[in-house]
Amino acid sequence: MKNKVMKAAKTVFSQREVTVFLIIVLVVVVTSIIQPKFLNTNNMRSIALSVSVDGLFAIGLTMALILGGIELSVGSVAAMTCVITGYLALQGVNIWVACIASIASGLVVGLFNGFMISKIGLPPFIVTLGMENLARGMAYIITTGSPLSVSGYLSQSFRYFATGSVFGIPVLFIIFIVISAVAFIFMKYSKTCRNMYYVGSNENAARLSGINVDRVKIGVYVTIALISTLAGILSLARFNVATPELSKGAETTAISAAVIGGTSMTGGSGGVLGTVMGIFLLKIVNSALVMMNVSVYWQEFVQGAILVLAVTIDYLSHRKSGKPSFIMKFFGLDKLVGAKPET
Amino acid sequence: MNSALLLEVKDLSKEFPGTRALNNVRLDVRRGEVHGLCGENGAGKSTLMNIVGGVFPATGGSMIFDGKAFNPRNPKDSQDSGISFVHQELCLCPHLSAAENIFIGRLPNKGGKINFKKLYEDADAVLQTLDANFSSKTLVSNLTVSEQQLVEIAKAVSLNCKLLILDEPTSSLTDKETVKLFQVVKELKKKGISTLFISHRMKEVFEICDRVTVLKDGSYVGCMNISEITHEDVIRAMVGRDLGELYPDKSSKIEEDKFLIKVENLSGDGFENIGFTLKKGEILGFAGLVGAGRSEVMRGLCGIDPIKSGEIYLNGKKQRFKRYRDAVKKGICYLTEDRKNSGLFLQMSIAKNIASANLEAVSKYGWIVKNREYSMSEKYVKALSIKIPGLSYPISNLSGGNQQKCLIGKWLSTDPKVIIMDEPTRGIDVGAKREIHNLLRVLCEQGVGVIIVSSELPEIIGVADRVAVMHEGKLAGFLQGENISEENIMKLASGASLSMASGVS
Repeated sequence: MKNKVMKAAKTVFSQREVTVFLIIVLVVVVTSIIQPKFLNTNNMRSIALSVSVDGLFAIGLTMALILGGIELSVGSVAAMTCVITGYLALQGVNIWVACIASIASGLVVGLFNGFMISKIGLPPFIVTLGMENLARGMAYIITTGSPLSVSGYLSQSFRYFATGSVFGIPVLFIIFIVISAVAFIFMKYSKTCRNMYYVGSNENAARLSGINVDRVKIGVYVTIALISTLAGILSLARFNVATPELSKGAETTAISAAVIGGTSMTGGSGGVLGTVMGIFLLKIVNSALVMMNVSVYWQEFVQGAILVLAVTIDYLSHRKSGKPSFIMKFFGLDKLVGAKPET
Repeated sequence: MNSALLLEVKDLSKEFPGTRALNNVRLDVRRGEVHGLCGENGAGKSTLMNIVGGVFPATGGSMIFDGKAFNPRNPKDSQDSGISFVHQELCLCPHLSAAENIFIGRLPNKGGKINFKKLYEDADAVLQTLDANFSSKTLVSNLTVSEQQLVEIAKAVSLNCKLLILDEPTSSLTDKETVKLFQVVKELKKKGISTLFISHRMKEVFEICDRVTVLKDGSYVGCMNISEITHEDVIRAMVGRDLGELYPDKSSKIEEDKFLIKVENLSGDGFENIGFTLKKGEILGFAGLVGAGRSEVMRGLCGIDPIKSGEIYLNGKKQRFKRYRDAVKKGICYLTEDRKNSGLFLQMSIAKNIASANLEAVSKYGWIVKNREYSMSEKYVKALSIKIPGLSYPISNLSGGNQQKCLIGKWLSTDPKVIIMDEPTRGIDVGAKREIHNLLRVLCEQGVGVIIVSSELPEIIGVADRVAVMHEGKLAGFLQGENISEENIMKLASGASLSMASGVS
């Protein structure tokens, strides 16, 4: 009986998600002692909102990384679809019709990325780097470079998705949590998504297991593009402005979140739960810095430091296999962790 | 001090956290001898060689090399002392020329600029002594594996090495290339250079070595003079018991008129006009030199690579496989020769690996049911007596033999009618080899068709009931029963006229 409990504890604490969660708790506790205002509703709301859109990109990047690829165009696809929706709304097109049009454009982007990567066989880095410029460029062309104000053109029901709240919780955040949950369940338990891990782990072996590798790849890149499209549309609803500068550099934050959450850059392992933890950690630390009156210019610096630190600790702890990580020791959990079956 | 000994290893031990990889191991290499090192996978051969090569230090014992105490702290130390290590997986820079690889780190220069003229002259001179017939200007990526090996050996020779370590050098060579490699080793021997030869293949050890040291489970078993012993002696020392018959009995009940597979005029990239049948109850072997197109035929047959023309009949019914999945659904599966690069999902769990070919069987409405996944994996782990620490552990933790068995289990889960195995026991130790051969025979007796492609002639001869020999993309002939001999296979494989090989059917 006692053994069983220990074993269960072992599996729980040997997971990256738990480690990141514990760090989050630590940051929250320390910050709220120094600055009690950190815990007030307004600040919680603002953290939740900032997590939501970047979190969607991070989910997309997690899928790309698990597949053994990368997706650099998430931010600019969001900008393009945001601008398309806003532009059409300005022309008097019904907002929901405009949404469908921008979803269609997102679909085209995803199919293009997927086709070039799978059927033509180009490296994902190059294809999505190109798409990052193509989509951003399209956003500039449509807006001729300046933000389009759509104030008054968007229906209240549309704006509700990004500005409304239920029992004080922002709807935008609820959407993010729902999508995270769906992605988590699918990636962990569905047959379709398992193939993603097989392809990312060893593409040749996946092909020789009878898996249709091309279809898996196209499916993933289409899904990512659609998630980015959703992020773009929600940003329009939230800010009431269609700006071509939307989410510039979002892909780097998204990669950081995924990697901090334990997703491997070489493909085949990782998951959404860790990524969600990762994006929370990054945003909470940002907010903590603001709360403690640290200049905003430190934010990027600290984000970089967290990423390098997380990956270094992980590397060092895995290099000598079987040894618990530094963080584990810090929390006194190392005694629980022995050999490490895959989770 | 015994000046006849070049390398003297005494009571060497190595402990890794949790395991003792070497336990008081001895090894003596004389000057100018070819010394074999044998042992099953995990016996400690690589650990020993890595210590001698300076990759990591020993935790106990001592070494004397060339009359001096020898404690290499890194590979360069070892190299400077005169030891060159040619790894099983070659480590060359593919985008550089052979010459640049040979003199890597010590390119001749004149006033800070590389003196390419001298570089190529020197490199060509070294290559010539090894009887190589390619220019040192050739890019390594354009060389065959055996030529690349020559580049590694040339590097060793140019470093004035006294001891050359060859780790499984023949595993990716054809028989012809192996012969050539042995000539090179013999030449080096005449010059007084000792060679430490690590191999699983008894035949080669007996052909080239003067003495052989056997390790088992990290311990020293013995050192024997090749002239005084037989293959069985070495195998017994390696395994610690008699293996009995090396290969399972051949089939007794081949159903002559029942064709599981019939292939006619199959042509594709690298092969043409291939026609053969697989009868119920027989194991069909495909022999031939590396590059003869055997794997290509199998991949074409399964729909992995496209075919140009040809007909495939499965149980008398004509099939058309547009992609591999179609073949799998009809019950044909292919196990790759390259486990690591195209067979295993290395960092994924054993259960996930076994389930990978048949997710349908372990899922319900598109959702994977973990219990089913584990019970199915468990079933094959038990049935094939695979040794594992637990189903959730990464498959990379297993030995080559157990990994191969997992792959067999993975395909058995698809309920196959025909199993095609490409190099079924490459890189697998003697004991596990036998288990896999027995397993193939059992499957065959249960009515599953078995085709093996193998470059190891003893394996083909020992396991197959009938052998198809290929030469340069074409079928050179079939051999059956008594006529399956090394001589006949080699004649057909090397393209000698059919009449020269007796008993061709």
